[in-house]
Formats: sequence, C-alpha cells, structure tokens
Amino acid sequence: MTTTLSPPTPTPAETAPDWTESFGAEMDAIRQRLLAERGQHDADYIRRLIRVQRGLEVGGRALLWAGVLPPAWLAGTAALSLSKILDNMEIGHNVMHGQYDWMNDPKLSGKAFEWDTACPADQWRHSHNYMHHTHTNIVGKDRDIGYGILRMSEEQPWSPYYLGNPVWATLLATFFEYGVALHDLEVERLQSGEVELAEKRGLIEGIWQKVRRQALKDYVLFPALSGPFFAFPLAGNATANVVRNLWAFTIIFCGHFPEGTQEFSEEETENETRGQWYHRQVLGSANLSGGPLFHILAGNLSFQIEHHLFPDLPANRYAEISVDVQEACERYGIPYNVGPLHRQFGSVVRKICRLALPDRLPSASLGVARGALGGLGRTAGRLLGRA
Amino acid sequence: MSSKPASLRLLDAFAGPHGVDGFLEQVDPLLVTGECRAEVVAVEHGTEESVTLTLRPNRAWKGFRAGQFVQVEVEIDGVRQRRCYSPASAETEEPGAELEITVKRHPGGRVSNFLADHARPGMVLGLGQGEGEFGLPRPWPDSILLIGGGSGITPLMSILRTVLAADRERPVALLHYAPDPERAIYRAELESLARSRPNFRLLRSYTRAPGAGDLDGHFSPTHLPQAEPCFSTAETFACGPPALLDAVRGMWANGLEHRLRVESFVPPELLPSGEPGEGAIRFAESEIEVADSGAPLLVQAEEAGIAAEYGCRMGICHTCTCRKVAGTHRNLVTGEVSSTADEEIQLCVSAALGDLTVAL
Repeated sequence: MTTTLSPPTPTPAETAPDWTESFGAEMDAIRQRLLAERGQHDADYIRRLIRVQRGLEVGGRALLWAGVLPPAWLAGTAALSLSKILDNMEIGHNVMHGQYDWMNDPKLSGKAFEWDTACPADQWRHSHNYMHHTHTNIVGKDRDIGYGILRMSEEQPWSPYYLGNPVWATLLATFFEYGVALHDLEVERLQSGEVELAEKRGLIEGIWQKVRRQALKDYVLFPALSGPFFAFPLAGNATANVVRNLWAFTIIFCGHFPEGTQEFSEEETENETRGQWYHRQVLGSANLSGGPLFHILAGNLSFQIEHHLFPDLPANRYAEISVDVQEACERYGIPYNVGPLHRQFGSVVRKICRLALPDRLPSASLGVARGALGGLGRTAGRLLGRA
Repeated sequence: MSSKPASLRLLDAFAGPHGVDGFLEQVDPLLVTGECRAEVVAVEHGTEESVTLTLRPNRAWKGFRAGQFVQVEVEIDGVRQRRCYSPASAETEEPGAELEITVKRHPGGRVSNFLADHARPGMVLGLGQGEGEFGLPRPWPDSILLIGGGSGITPLMSILRTVLAADRERPVALLHYAPDPERAIYRAELESLARSRPNFRLLRSYTRAPGAGDLDGHFSPTHLPQAEPCFSTAETFACGPPALLDAVRGMWANGLEHRLRVESFVPPELLPSGEPGEGAIRFAESEIEVADSGAPLLVQAEEAGIAAEYGCRMGICHTCTCRKVAGTHRNLVTGEVSSTADEEIQLCVSAALGDLTVAL
C-alpha cells in the first residue's frame, strides 16, 4: 500500500493552508544562504579530499605490488578500498551532481568527471541525478527502488521470484558496481519487451568500454607489474572493489529504505509544487548519525535528507544545515528519520526479508517464516552495530 | 588532448579514470601534460595602478606572436576567473620561455585588483595559447606605427620589443597616451629605448599633464605628422580604450583601413547587459540565432529545434548544464546575475539579460 502524503500529527505551523509552501520557502532560504557562503573553503575541501584519495590510491597500489608480504597486502588493500570509497562517494557522486560546477574547474565539472567504478559517468548522471533525484521514491519512476531486481516496496506486486529477495540483495551488495553499471539498461523492461535491445545498444557499448577499462587496470595491468606474484595484487584489487561495493550498498540502501521512509505513486505527485517536492524529499529519505569521519566515508549521504533537498550544494555543508532542516521539520511536524547505522541497516535487512514474502499470508506457518526472516535482519543489524 | 603518444596512453590506462595528470598535479601543478599553466616568477609594481608579472609556462605552452593575447586563469574565492591579457614580452618560439603580462587595475575589476594585490612569486595561474588576429605579420612591414593608450600599450610593447631586438634599421614610431608620467606603463623602458635606438621614435602625450610630454591632449590628427614615418605608408597598430580607437579609426577611413589594425580592451565587468527579452540568443554549435523571448534558455533552444539534453527542468539535476560563451544571465531560482564568460550554466533555470551565446 502506498503511504499517502498527508502530514502526521498536526502542529500549529501545519494548520496554515499552504504550509508546504512556507516550508518550501524556508528550504529555499537555507539554499540561498549556503549559495552566498559557498567559496574558497569548499574548493579547498574537495581538493584536499582528492589529494588524500590520490595518495591512498598510489600508496595502496604500491603496497599491493609487494602484496606477497602479508602486512603490505593488508595495508594496501585497506588503502585501496578507502581510495575507491572516497573516489566514488564523497568525490565522484558529489562532483557529478554538479556540486562544484560553480568553481569553473574543468576537472571538477559535473558533466566531465569520471569515477573509479564500472558505471560510465554519463549514464549515472541520467539514472541518478535526473531519474532518482527528481522522482525520489515514486514507485514506477524511481528505479532505485529495488534496482529492478529487488522488492523494496509493498507497491511492487509479489511474485515467487522475490522469495530470493535476501539472496538477490546479497549478490547486489557484493557486485554493486555492476548493478549500478546496468542500472540505466532497465533490464526488467527489456525482459518484459517494453523496450527493444536495439534502443540500448549505445548504452551497452558505453558500459562495455568502461567495464573493460576498469577490469584491465585492476585485474591485468597492476597485477602484471608484480610478475610471478600477480595473484596478490589481483586479490587485493578484487577485495578493494568488493569492500567498496558492500559499503556503498549499505549507505545507499540506508538512505531510502529504513522503516518510516515513504513511497509515493505517480498520481499523488502529479503537478507537485516546489514546496511539495521538498516535502517528498524529506519523507522519502533517512539519515545516519555518526562522527565526521563516518560522514566523509559515507560521501555525506548519511545526510540523505539534506542531500535530497539540495543535491547540487557542496555536501561538506550538509552537516551544518542539517540542524536548521531538522528544526524546521519539527516545527512543521514532518518526520525526520535519523538513526545509527546498525539500526537503520537492520531495518533495511528486515524490510528486504519481509518483502520476500507475499503481503497477505493465509497460514501461521508462513508467520513463523516471517519471524525467522525478521530475526535474521535483527541479527545482521546487531552484528553490524558491533563491527 | 587526444593525440597522445602510445606510452602516455598506457600510463593513462594505469592511472584511469583520472589520467596521469590527475596524479602529477598532486606532486606539482606545473607537471601536467594536458593543460597549460604558468608559475609567477617575478612581480613588479610598475605604476600605482598596474602590476607586471613574469610567468614561466609549463611544457604544454606553445608560445604566441607579438601582439596576440593569452587567456589567464586565476582562482578567486574558489572560482576560476579567466581574462585576456596581451603579453608585453618579445615573441618567442622557444619552449618554456618566460612571458610578461602587465595588468592594470580596473575600478571594481575582480581579476585585475586580485592580481595587483595578491600575485606573488610561486603562484600558479592557468594560461592559454596565443590567440587573436592582432599581431605582427610576417614578413614584417617596412615601417611600423604604434598607437596605444592605458593598458593597450602591452601588445604594442611586445611588437616593439620583438622588432627592436632584431632590427636596427626598420623605422618604428609609438604614440603613447597616458594621464600623466606616473601612470604611463613602461615609461622608463620606452624612454631608454628611444635614447638607444635611432630607428625608434617615441611620442608621449599626457592628457592630464599638459607640457609634460612631447605632445598634448588626446589623440588628434595633428599628432600624426610628428610621428614619422608617414602614417599613410606605415602599417599601423592601435590598442587602447574605445574612445582612442574611435578617433584613430576616423583618421584611417577613406581607403586607408587596410593599413590599420586595432585591438580593443574592454573589461568584462563593463560589458553591457540588457533586460530580459531584449537581446539575441546565439546557439553557437547549432549556428542558430533567435531573438530572446525572455523564457528560460532551455525552452528557447527547444523552440529553435535544438535537441538539448534535459532532465528535471527545475534546476536540480544539472543534465542541461551547458557552457555560456559570453553574455549576462540571471539564474531564475537564485536570482543571481553573472556576466562571466565561459561559465557553466543550467539552461532550464537561466534567462538572458541582453545578447548571450551558449555552446549548444
């Protein structure tokens, strides 16, 4: 069932007839304030991060070259994993949103940036910046709901295929960069015959080129430099890619799928005003609490709500504006979903398991199955919390 | 640059997707191979209003012809700003040779004042290759007349230094206009050249200090006869503020136009901007020009039949981001107005104020 847009418990601010518009005006004011303050500080921030990432990459690959020595392998794999996480999240994702276009630096132009992952940057810009950010959590339009392979909303009709939901989710998490790379292909629409393969030829060519370059670098060129010990850098590079995949999946799924985030139908979001659009962004997103280093590693997507309100403002500012956004949400009675990683992720895992089963079950035996799957989710959450 | 040697392409495969430059510039910003940059090696405040910078370019720079301009890029408050400056040094094809630019403060000018206040040895600037048609032709003309005012002296200085370094016979004359001797850029060097080179004739006019120079007042026809060789046979190069150039153009009408070359210096802050719906929108790559309707540029591009990329149409997704080549625009969401050339703008939420060109 689709959760409707009607606001929860009324508060004085909300009883005003056009409260979404005044909420939107407040959000616009925050945006203007940030635009006015944007400057050298933000330029220095992103350059410093790029510097750290390039250092980690060079250091990681150098250590992995000598990966036959176990300490070098461990340190190298850790450094390269961090490098890929920074490159994809705090740098790549944010730069490609156009967050640093105002600097007029061609190397930081959202339209030109390319990142260290399988998905070609130009395809990402379409499926993510436009489809996902404009149509956030609209079932049928936002393809981030389940990435075409998972059931993440009651609104998606159940089929026996979804019994594998937890298995598909684990596979997606492990090979997330390829899941993202295939995102714009709309495989499920190809299968259903809605779109022809011929229409997607250009996309496939682009994905193939990028995947090939990435694989050549990580699985042929750098391992070859180690000669007979090629297996060590190869294993280190593969591990770094998987670590990045698992981390990115975790952060991204915690952004929209913990309990309490809402989905919308195409009908109820038609002819939306700017205020209503802002409102939907808050309702469809969830934040993660944590320290500054955690937020950087999460690409500041731990401020998913602020990111969805202001996707093209420098992400390093989300933390400071989150105070004002949360305060405004409280005044308007808009739920502001925030929690620590283990709780939000546990909630996502429970949802993945719950939606593996049909919504209406006739017998108690399936209730037992549900309980077991729910328990699995809680265990996973606890394990993660401890890690 | 796409025509990289195979060895560099292999290195780029290792360094992908950021390329070798993405790592080299972390070591030293001048090491990059695909982008021209220069280090400031000397800073001299020639007059109160101007600063002369000696720049050492990296290997990507190919030099310039005397009289041409280069684009210089400087980061101010995180934003790269680009301006055109004419090098004043003699032309050279020697790779890595230093060049000299002189920047005159413009009232309210962001870049000129920033450079005058903050340029220091060691600072790295973006640098473009030599551009523009204004320059010393080859073979060199038999006699040369230079007319310059204000910072317009810089390309003329380059021509002068180039010719005088190689030639002690060819007659060269310079009509140099400045408000007073203190504000005459390159005065000391010009006076020294005039003393040591018999083939160079210098005529100084100080418009606010009558009697201090060789001539008085703004450019007038009476100044020309004193500048032998005769202006009708010499190749003439004029550069300076619009009023000076208008006066010069008036003199070279009536069949002498082909002997006159002019370069106009207009700081971008002073570019006229109009009201919405007043100017013309030029879509440079599509070679289409339309009268501005005042609507967002994306709408006007579509109405002109251009298949522009777009997404959200509300300023969120940056799919329609496109380079504004020139002109003034207003961001319809933020209300921000900008006249910066070569700037990325979001077509769906940008409207033109006067004439505007986008790379679409």
